[in-house]
Amino acid sequence: MIRIRDVHHAIGKARILHGIDLDIPKGGITALIGPNGAGKSTLLSLVARLAPLKQGEITVETLKIGACSDRDLAKVLAIMAQSTHVSARLRVRELVSFGRYPWHQGRPGAQDRALIEAALERFGLLPIADRFLDEVSGGQRQRAFVAMAFAQDTDYLLLDEPLNNLDIAGARSLMRLLREMADKDGKTIVIVLHDINYASAFADRIVALKDGRVAAQGTPAQIVDTALLRDVFGTDAEVSVIGGRPQVLV
Amino acid sequence: MAKRLIALAAVLVAVSALYMLVDAQGAWSFLLPFRAQKLGAMLLVGTCLSVATVLFQTITANRILTPSVMGFDALYILVLTSVVHLFGSAGFAAIPSVVLFAINVTGMTLLGLLLFTLLRRGARGDMMRLVLTGIILGILLRSITEFLQRMIDPSEFSVVQSISFARFTSVDPKLLALTAAVTVPVLWLAWRMRARLDVLGLGEVPATGLGERPARGQAQALVLICLLVAAATALVGPMSGGGGGPANFFGLIATALAHVLTPTERHSTLIPSAALTGCILLVAGQTVMERFLDLSTPLTVVIELIGGLLFLFLLVKRRRA
Repeated sequence: MIRIRDVHHAIGKARILHGIDLDIPKGGITALIGPNGAGKSTLLSLVARLAPLKQGEITVETLKIGACSDRDLAKVLAIMAQSTHVSARLRVRELVSFGRYPWHQGRPGAQDRALIEAALERFGLLPIADRFLDEVSGGQRQRAFVAMAFAQDTDYLLLDEPLNNLDIAGARSLMRLLREMADKDGKTIVIVLHDINYASAFADRIVALKDGRVAAQGTPAQIVDTALLRDVFGTDAEVSVIGGRPQVLV
Repeated sequence: MAKRLIALAAVLVAVSALYMLVDAQGAWSFLLPFRAQKLGAMLLVGTCLSVATVLFQTITANRILTPSVMGFDALYILVLTSVVHLFGSAGFAAIPSVVLFAINVTGMTLLGLLLFTLLRRGARGDMMRLVLTGIILGILLRSITEFLQRMIDPSEFSVVQSISFARFTSVDPKLLALTAAVTVPVLWLAWRMRARLDVLGLGEVPATGLGERPARGQAQALVLICLLVAAATALVGPMSGGGGGPANFFGLIATALAHVLTPTERHSTLIPSAALTGCILLVAGQTVMERFLDLSTPLTVVIELIGGLLFLFLLVKRRRA
């Protein structure tokens, strides 16, 4: 479980988060949604220790962010950046190999290599394993990063708006991969999403943020409705339930 | 990759042997130790500057930067110029070389660290701002140097000028030992960082995710870079001629060639490969200069010429990529 208690955060003079209290249970996909500037990405980057936590407390399982060792946390929590640009010229296999770094610190063993090959196969990357990252499509690059996080073998995976530069086929296939990782491997996935419909279609739980506070949380069926869109997003759109999942008609 | 490294090492051995043995005039008992000292200096300087450049390019995520943008060379010449200005060329000659070396190494290392700590606080560890400030600082130091040089006696100016270029023609064995004592442990530390450097090269977010704190790794690498460049420069003088251009072309050539000869991003290969390439360049270049061109041109001038062309080539290639 990820426990977030009374977390405040300011960037310069702008106060982004005002006392967030939130429990993200183990297992399943939790989507963070909200209008631009609501603090979703900030909250995620605090959990991922990408920004220093100044006020409040965040724990992942038993590890306290800011107090636990970086290496221990890297064995429990993997993160995937918003941008998949890497300045180093790497092959797909090399990138995925980095996922094992927290476990072997630069000295990979036979078990590490086996896990890397398994990750490559699992995500259908074997045919392009020896291509350079800048030679594959955006969707394939995204998948390579997910495979790297998978090879890291953590219980938790955080993703910050991974669908940003993907077309609909890439976005759906990525969300299905995440769904599969949550269902088959029991991973806990926390994902910041822009598009409520993706959150509603793929997530188990949705947390809606507005102005640095938690505005609503629950299953998609519980919270995605016209009231949420009006109160949190400030727009009146209709919501229709398709296959048990509410979808916003845009 | 291991085969290529062995091949590079073999080339280096061959070039070194050539340097030691070709065109021997005089007694071997004099020539061998005399040449061995110079060879030692070249190997040490080549290794230090190449490794420092590899580290610097990794932590700045930029293939066309070298540590000399931080103004090291400029500070070196400023120290020399001020000493000559204050004490005259006779006074300069009277200062023991070891003292001068110590002043230079501490001065340059402190400058690098000062720049870094100041910026860490001000710019939240923004690497690009650090580099830009280094460039501006280098320009400031160069301007002060030029100002001082304008006021010196012309004959003393020629003393300054002769020491403003890297030279391997005379190497003080005491200094050589001192430099080795400083740089060998530093090189060892750089080698121990190799796996962490690979991770840092992925960028801030992935590195953090894998349990490496980028700011800490960058700080540690920068300390190593400062010591390597400072010691090498204090031993033989600045490798970028005329007080330094926008880049130290020697390190640039060595790392660019290493990337071509051993195409990988892994520092376990890149560090030795760049070091070997740098040494081969220096020793081969110096052999040609000394034995065949009768020292008519300083090696650094040739390096600047080739390096400048390579720099342009890299810029154009990046634009297209």
